[in-house]
Amino acid sequence: MIELTARSPFNGTLPLSVGALNLSQVDAGQMTALSPRKGQGKALASAFKQAHGIAWPGPGRISGREGCRALWFGHSHVLLMGPVPDATLCQHAAMVDQSDAWGVVRIEGAGVRDALARLTPLDLRETQFKRGHTARSEIADMPASVTRIGAQSYQVMVFRAMAGTLVEEIEVAMRGVAARAGGCDHAIGNHD
Amino acid sequence: MRITCPICGERDRREFHYQGAAVALDRPAPDAGAESWDDYLHNRENPAGPTRELWHHEAGCGAWLVVTRDTVTHEMQGSELASALQEADS
Amino acid sequence: MRLTGGGLIDRGKVMRFTFDGRSYEGVGGDTLASALLANDIRLVGRSFKYHRPRGVMTAGSEEPNALVTVGRGGQQEPNLRATMLELHEGLAARSQNAWPSLDWDLLALNDAFAPFLGAGFYYKTFMWPRAFWERVYEPIIRRAAGLGALSGAHNTDTYEKAHAHCDLLVIGAGPAGLMAAREAARAGADVIVVDEDNRPGGRLNAETEEVDGKPGYLWAQELVAELVAMGNVRLMTRTTVTGVYDQGSFGALERLPAEVAARPGAPRECFWRIATRRAVLAAGSLERPVAFAGNDRPGIMMAGAVRAYVNRWAVAPGRCVAVFGNNDDAHRTAADLMAAGVHVAALIDSRPDARSDLDLPFYAGARVCGSSGRKGLEAVDIELALGRREKIRVDCLAVSGGWNPSVHLACHMGGRPEWSDDIAGFVPRDDMVPGMAVAGASAGAMSTHACLKSGVEAARTTLSELGIKMPDKAPALPQADDAPYRITPLWQVHGKGRAWLDFQNDVTVKDVAQAARENFRSVEHMKRYTTQGMAPDQGKNSNVGALAVLADATGRSIPQTGTTTFRPPYVPVPIAAMGAGAQGQGFAPRRLTTSHAASQSMDAPMIEVGLWYRPSYFPRAGETSWRQSCDREVAHVREAVGIADVSTLGKIDIQGADAAQFLDFVYTNTFSTLKAGRVRYGLMLREDGHVMDDGTTARLGQDHFVMTTTTAAAGQVMRHLEFVHQCLCPGLDVSMISVTEQWAQFAVAGPKSRDLLNGVLDAPVDAERFPFMGCGEVTLGDVEARLFRISFSGEHAYEIAVPARYGESLFRLLVARAEEMGGGAYGMEALNVLRLEKGLLTHAELHGRTTAFDIGMERMISAKKDCIGKAAAARPGLTDPDRERLVGLKPVGAVKQLTAGAHLFGEADAATRENDQGYVTSVGFSPTLGHFAGLGFLKRGPERHGEVIRMVDHLRGIEALCEVTAPAFFDPDGGRARD
Repeated sequence: MIELTARSPFNGTLPLSVGALNLSQVDAGQMTALSPRKGQGKALASAFKQAHGIAWPGPGRISGREGCRALWFGHSHVLLMGPVPDATLCQHAAMVDQSDAWGVVRIEGAGVRDALARLTPLDLRETQFKRGHTARSEIADMPASVTRIGAQSYQVMVFRAMAGTLVEEIEVAMRGVAARAGGCDHAIGNHD
Repeated sequence: MRITCPICGERDRREFHYQGAAVALDRPAPDAGAESWDDYLHNRENPAGPTRELWHHEAGCGAWLVVTRDTVTHEMQGSELASALQEADS
Repeated sequence: MRLTGGGLIDRGKVMRFTFDGRSYEGVGGDTLASALLANDIRLVGRSFKYHRPRGVMTAGSEEPNALVTVGRGGQQEPNLRATMLELHEGLAARSQNAWPSLDWDLLALNDAFAPFLGAGFYYKTFMWPRAFWERVYEPIIRRAAGLGALSGAHNTDTYEKAHAHCDLLVIGAGPAGLMAAREAARAGADVIVVDEDNRPGGRLNAETEEVDGKPGYLWAQELVAELVAMGNVRLMTRTTVTGVYDQGSFGALERLPAEVAARPGAPRECFWRIATRRAVLAAGSLERPVAFAGNDRPGIMMAGAVRAYVNRWAVAPGRCVAVFGNNDDAHRTAADLMAAGVHVAALIDSRPDARSDLDLPFYAGARVCGSSGRKGLEAVDIELALGRREKIRVDCLAVSGGWNPSVHLACHMGGRPEWSDDIAGFVPRDDMVPGMAVAGASAGAMSTHACLKSGVEAARTTLSELGIKMPDKAPALPQADDAPYRITPLWQVHGKGRAWLDFQNDVTVKDVAQAARENFRSVEHMKRYTTQGMAPDQGKNSNVGALAVLADATGRSIPQTGTTTFRPPYVPVPIAAMGAGAQGQGFAPRRLTTSHAASQSMDAPMIEVGLWYRPSYFPRAGETSWRQSCDREVAHVREAVGIADVSTLGKIDIQGADAAQFLDFVYTNTFSTLKAGRVRYGLMLREDGHVMDDGTTARLGQDHFVMTTTTAAAGQVMRHLEFVHQCLCPGLDVSMISVTEQWAQFAVAGPKSRDLLNGVLDAPVDAERFPFMGCGEVTLGDVEARLFRISFSGEHAYEIAVPARYGESLFRLLVARAEEMGGGAYGMEALNVLRLEKGLLTHAELHGRTTAFDIGMERMISAKKDCIGKAAAARPGLTDPDRERLVGLKPVGAVKQLTAGAHLFGEADAATRENDQGYVTSVGFSPTLGHFAGLGFLKRGPERHGEVIRMVDHLRGIEALCEVTAPAFFDPDGGRARD
């Protein structure tokens, strides 16, 4: 019998630290995109809650915790990260395996928002994009999902095939931020 | 330029793909005749003032939007989900 | 000369720098301009056209003369303003536009010919002979003209681009901007304050006046500290707002200080895109010169700049200074100079009723009418009230013609400012930019008190529009100077000699008058004819002065004459900053297949397909050209088995009770009749009747399909499907999501493909379970895979898909097995030849202008149902038999090569446009057939099989006779794929 070897999208390039910022790979486990069937939105939300114990997230929000998390993933999808989805949910939802489709990283540390500001047009100000908020947008011209998971911690997802570019681009942004932080008087203030 | 997505809120224009006039929502019946199809496919107003356009929030949530925009002042006057408009119509 | 006391400088921090190779010293806080003046360097550049000696004229980003080049090779940066360039240890600056040296510039000869070089000289002179323009005139003019030069080397500096967001953007950190920021910050708004200086405070840093009982600069410094400590204010210094765009979008260029830019990974500049809900423009104003003969000599400076050098940098721009003006700022300048101990030889005020209490020679109602000196000012001539003339020996003249509010940014959305007689300048109208209020000197408030007040007012208006609560009563304003601004316009001093308006482009009063005489009376025409206000100037120094002269020459008022259009950018923005990171590999994201590393380890050259990288071919030992590799790989597939990564094809998972109905609508052919476990080729049209894409769609279950698209059109098709669903049939129960990245998919093609698969799959496949166009699930150990029996090569073939994490492993395995069986990996070149031999299509043929009829698939448009593009495809123009339609092409003459892009002509016809019969879309050498095979579109093509036509490639100079054939050259009935 053949034994195929699995490879991570990041292929040994992570983790990575520059200055106060850390970039690491997230092994999200099973990732499943769920899309409610016509007219099944409410039924799905309650079945989902019942099956997985976490809320069906509204637009721009996440629910659950690390290891069992639901991420709003676009106008018609929620991404369940962690558990294998309960099979009975297929009555209410189209379910598609996305476990291998995305490269998932966490970027964290002081100045993380400064680094992300170099990569995405999203408004990530403290007051606008709070813990538990998620968005679909662009990171360095790549389609992306961006989620705030902590005060100084964000999860970023891009297509698996672009994982290499993601690491390169984030590293450049991290270097730019770290270089400025080295005692420069430029951007005074801790404005978010 | 910034566009408000009814789902995601105000976003940078680069997340959106521009399609053209919202006329594209009013697909004629297959047998509507050459003139109707010609109007649907090719003939467009070029208004100085409010215009309804289709934009796709392609690098965002993926929703198709009808955006009302003033071509003279560049004012964004509103945006709606195309699917909601079409379902309400049908 | 550096003054012994005063200044906002750090005298303890001595820094060495060079200018044109000679070494000098400056101190902390200096700009290159202040350091040059401190070292008594007056000659810093040569003018654009006449190569006139020029010196520092201003102290800001409006500087027209002191442009220098810094850096060498890939780091060379020309046209930097010495007034904006912060001095740092080791700075090496060079002058521009002079040869062999700044001091002795050969092209200064131009100056002697100035009478012949007026406005329109080039347009009128280099007319004949016509052929001379490109070969002779232009190269000479190009060499002679221009400012600094680029090195031609690849730029090795790092640049950044970034986004910022706020409630209120305050542009300018002078008294008005700081008050606006304070008001908004106290109310809790998110504020960004941007200033192009490295030190906030605006004019307060350059004046001696007090605010709130303390020196103005100190008041500003303390307020800035207070703002920054609040946490909701972000101060961005060294940052110039360059453009205003729709919905509160602003562009801004940040220059990083040299010591930061020198750190590893640090950018030199950052281009910011700022999105804000509201903005306050408090960009101050720019002092304007007066046009008098010889007003461009080094040593003649703006009065406000002289005060800035004296007060902020403790530099006396001259030892013996005269001051000339038409407003009270001239008096303030003289007073500041005297207080600093600089000798003031004369105060010349053009207003006859002016008074002065200063202890100096005072000339009311007098004007400076000329200057003299070889490479710098030595004396000025003044014209006294009664026509008497006097010569005063000075080495510096401070000039104030009044102040122009910086209205530029307010005008970027197309609004026009209005003329104010009170200040003799243009001021912004309300609402020129939606959401932007204008405050301070930009709005025409000319005293510090008025600036403070208007800053608060602008912020309060803005906050109430934003619905942010604030105290009912505006706070008490700090005590500040409130002297009225008294000015009597003076634009030019008539007389002999050239009087400059635009110093950067060498435009004089005479040139503007000549433009008017030659009927370039519109201000926009005058500008283009004379080049006034063009290039880096952008109307900063010269605009209003030139308008006034044009108004005078055409007998109109200034408001009647109007202004030219202000466009972004306000200061030059390096393309490197705007496109930061997009050099070389950073140009676009790279999308790599799971087999990328394996292909690279096999030395496969990569070719870009959209963002994807795909292997062209896999060279083997002894092969010296790509053709040898390609021919071998084709033979592998035809005779044994080949492996190709086809993961880049778009894959869309489509589910729902109405999925089949939806596919029937987007494809021309029917999918609702497809059985589960089967695959069907589908053709997709745009609504205008032309082909959008093609591909296969597999039915995995009753309500579950997987569509494949071409690599190139994957994004377009996904968008289209979403459009059709959301906009045309939102009632259908359909869910779609891309699974392109989820699956790594490989073609296993060739007569031995089944044998190969049966060696790796847990359970063998056979014709019954996997007939041609069958699909189903298979396993490889623990891994669940999908198998499709489809063929893009015409051979018995499969595509196997595994979750992407196993892609590399499976690819290596399949290639190793194939090699054992006499085959191997094949790349894009072989893939293309294989499909060409079969007459299968790619986007070379489906290029957006071809219809189903053109490609011979009109019968695939089902008569039984509607579909996207059906109505339009039936229109007579799209089914005209005269259209160019798909054919195969085979060389039959002496020339055996075919080329894509060539055109087709009748054998006896001349190869001219009128005789064009069609064109070639794809070609390749077919090792299977032993000759070139081509696909193309030919008028009435299907009716002309067997005919000999002429292929002409005008671009490459190749002609070949070809026979028109059916598109499929090899195994036309498709038996090999089915067996």
